[in-house]
Amino acid sequence: MAESTVEYLHVELVAADRTVWSGEASMIIARTLEGDIGVLRGHAPTLSLLSASVVEIQIADSDDLLVVAVDGGFLSVANDRVSILAERVERAEEIHLDQARIELEEAQRLLNSNNEAEQRVRHAEARIRAAEKVS
Amino acid sequence: MAVSLREYRARIKSTESMKKITRAMELIAASRIIKAQQKAAAAAPYARELTRAVSAVATFSNVDHPLTREEENPKRAAVLIITSDRGLAGAYSSSVLKEAERLSERLRGEGKEIDYFLAGRKAEAYFKFRTRAFVESWTGFSDQPTYDKAAEIGSALITAFLKEQGEDGDVDEVHVVYTRFRSMLTQEPTAIRLLPLEVIEGEAAPEDSELLPLYEFEPSAAQVLDGLLPQYVQSRIFYSLLQSAASELAARQKAMKSATDNAEELIKKFTRIANQARQAGITQEISEIVGGVNALADAQAAND
Repeated sequence: MAESTVEYLHVELVAADRTVWSGEASMIIARTLEGDIGVLRGHAPTLSLLSASVVEIQIADSDDLLVVAVDGGFLSVANDRVSILAERVERAEEIHLDQARIELEEAQRLLNSNNEAEQRVRHAEARIRAAEKVS
Repeated sequence: MAVSLREYRARIKSTESMKKITRAMELIAASRIIKAQQKAAAAAPYARELTRAVSAVATFSNVDHPLTREEENPKRAAVLIITSDRGLAGAYSSSVLKEAERLSERLRGEGKEIDYFLAGRKAEAYFKFRTRAFVESWTGFSDQPTYDKAAEIGSALITAFLKEQGEDGDVDEVHVVYTRFRSMLTQEPTAIRLLPLEVIEGEAAPEDSELLPLYEFEPSAAQVLDGLLPQYVQSRIFYSLLQSAASELAARQKAMKSATDNAEELIKKFTRIANQARQAGITQEISEIVGGVNALADAQAAND
């Protein structure tokens, strides 16, 4: 990999109706349909679909970890530029843990009757995981 | 004087309160329009990144996806018409509907039957009043659309499009009629073909000079495309809804501004007439008094 002039990854974390976060990061961990993926500087260009999961972003020059829950979407990496797109993106601090648990239960109840429920269960689980990670 | 002074005063009063209402609506529309524009701007990065990703996949894989496949012999077309929920926005809704009629005319000329999908109470009312059939309608969000609504509309359209030809409810093309927000002064009704998707380098396409890197696709290019295209369609619909919302508010602001101006004009006119009536009344009173005094004086002179 040629020496890049950018020192960090430039990250755009975008939901359908707003940009949730944009800035420099040193590392990103996400879960694609095939498994977890970690992105560091100089990563090969990749375009992958995410599963409803937790995305962790290690913010550059600090110990801060940005944790968000996504409901799917995709991740694209090219030239040290990372875009994470999902219809719904929530920062872990914004997630209400109790409410997420209630939603999970509700989704689990529907599991046998509704084929959207599986997606909802995964999303709810991701939200709970994200919320637990920061609390 | 056909109408008494009192009645003119009452008319001025009612016009004044009407003016207050239209003025308030104008101000509300003006403040909302900024929010609508901000929303449209906030949604732009998503659309841009999505377009980039779609064109990246399209460049490196052979795009053959049900959503991009042209039917050889298209027979039915779906038309999504995006109008407002409420009136008092000038010609906003009617010009969208007119554009939709024009499009329908053209499609019928090509020998296609049309299924209508409607967004906004005005379109629904228009179709119901003429007892024309439509497949589905969504209402209650025209001035502040959410992505969830766009997703709902998008999935309905995609389902209809993906059905096999001959199946019930199948369409071979999907068109959208919405109002493009050019500026505060001009909004134009626009018809676009949404499906089959042309993988277009749309408004937010990457520039030619920018070479797309050689992507690795996970799990595979086809699956990535599968995931991306429906989202792309929904984001296009969301974009249309946001544009329409901004246009609706701009149209309403303009309509309410001219209503306020007209009310002002009316008040001026009525005030003038009322003053005239008042003056005429005074003149009459004076001449009556003078007449009375003269009569008294005459009577006295006759007695003397």
